[in-house]
Amino acid sequence: MAETPLNQTRIPTVIADELHIVYRVNGAKSGKGSATAALSRILKRGEERGVRKVHAVRGVSFTAYRGEAIGLIGSNGSGKSTLLRAIAGLLPAERGKVYTDGQPSLLGVNAALMNDLTGERNVILGGLAMGMSREQIRARYQDIVDFSGINEKGDFITLPMRTYSSGMAARLRFSIAAAKDHDVLMIDEALATGDRAFQKRSEARIRELRKEAGTVFLVSHNNKSIRDTCDRVLWLERGELRMDGPTDEVLKEYEKFTGK
Amino acid sequence: MTASLGQQSPDDRLSRAELAAKYGLSQSGARPGLFEYVRQLWNRRHFILAFSQAKLTAQYSQAKLGQLWQVATPLLNAAVYFFIFGLLLGGRGGMGNDMYVPFLVTGVFVFTFTQSSVMAGVRSISGNLGLVRALHFPRASLPISFSLQQLQQLLFSMIVLVAILVGFGHYPDLSWLLLLPALALQFVFNVGLSMIMARLGSKTPDLAQLMPFILRTWMYASGVMFPLAPMLAKAHAPAWLADVLQANPAAVYMDLMRYALIDGITQHNPMPPHVWALAVGWAVLIGVIGFVYFWKAEERYGRG
Repeated sequence: MAETPLNQTRIPTVIADELHIVYRVNGAKSGKGSATAALSRILKRGEERGVRKVHAVRGVSFTAYRGEAIGLIGSNGSGKSTLLRAIAGLLPAERGKVYTDGQPSLLGVNAALMNDLTGERNVILGGLAMGMSREQIRARYQDIVDFSGINEKGDFITLPMRTYSSGMAARLRFSIAAAKDHDVLMIDEALATGDRAFQKRSEARIRELRKEAGTVFLVSHNNKSIRDTCDRVLWLERGELRMDGPTDEVLKEYEKFTGK
Repeated sequence: MTASLGQQSPDDRLSRAELAAKYGLSQSGARPGLFEYVRQLWNRRHFILAFSQAKLTAQYSQAKLGQLWQVATPLLNAAVYFFIFGLLLGGRGGMGNDMYVPFLVTGVFVFTFTQSSVMAGVRSISGNLGLVRALHFPRASLPISFSLQQLQQLLFSMIVLVAILVGFGHYPDLSWLLLLPALALQFVFNVGLSMIMARLGSKTPDLAQLMPFILRTWMYASGVMFPLAPMLAKAHAPAWLADVLQANPAAVYMDLMRYALIDGITQHNPMPPHVWALAVGWAVLIGVIGFVYFWKAEERYGRG
């Protein structure tokens, strides 16, 4: 927030209001999952028996402003990724509401890509899936390929993606995902893909995306990368917002909590 | 919040909902209005087309013969039905090979178009949860895209069909142009039906196990391998049953396609009255119902 002049009114971009998210898991209640158990579940309808509920986010409220980079921390299974998905409008809220400016997007396009297609076609397919136009993709195509470095060792972009090494595939996926500009960008850790050189390049690209985006959310277990990139931190524990404040304060408490 | 310590802003007194309204924030994940939804879908038309073509290409990319299977699969299907119904069971209703083979192959291809659209529709949401949970796009893109994939598959099959027609002495003429409206109507019907199945299948994935049986019943009841009216007359079925079966959408679209392509087929397989009205009616009815029904649950796909 240091760059923001003090007298300027701050423009909210994401508002979460008493947000609750509940997952429903089919057939997880009766331990065995046998045919008879399934049958009795169907017969005893009514009160949604046999459906187990997981209350992943419990009453989280916060307001994020333009220009902020917000870190999300908390132990595994504390609801960080779920919260991101809810902000992106990909998971419906059980109770409460999320208001956003424009369409927030998760950084990631993996699900739209197909291993049987060439890298070339995947660049186009992934771009279209993220909502880019054909012209935008054509304009950025060469940048995406160069950034991924797929063609450094020969003409690999015209081969099916299943022939790539896992590192190469991960690099191409990141390059496609990072090709689009976003208003509200959400990054769910695991950015450390590819070799050292590629990691450096992708960190630089993330910083660029942050500059272009209105607001950035970063989920990470790496306190250093949170400290480097975020000026505000939300700490989630068991689905509840435990702390919300400047990075240093929250990280100090969090490190005390995790016993470091 | 913490960053505005000591500073009073008029915004602090607003509730969160009021704050959102003041800055024009919209509710995330809310269902858009019907017309807005149509507009969003139209904006995604390139994705819908690219996704259907990608699926089509990926389907046979591991096979040695590759895309040749696009044509070989429907041909083998037709051969199996010819062997069973044309030769073994004698269900040809007095048609010679020059009539029966085009009759059968047209029926198989046209019915397969609807059948595979429905099967792909059931799985279009439940089988693509990763996509639904990661990216933002109007979910109707998926069932539409899968139906479009089947339409392209059918166009491959048409190559085989034309070869068979010409081989049995049915040469292209003006009536072949009727194929285009018939195909368009069937496509709209298929999209509507697969959107209904997509919503049902997203709630109850078990439908994917059940559907093959329902579809097979539908196939036998629609006269894919035998002329419906003469067969029912031979079996002394009541007249209303014949009317109902002949008015069912699968039978209607097959009859139209056969009428367009095969000269003199109506002697063996008379068409029900008002067949074009039925074809349009089914397309509009199922198309509209399917679209609205699917849109009604737009914000709930991908839950759980």
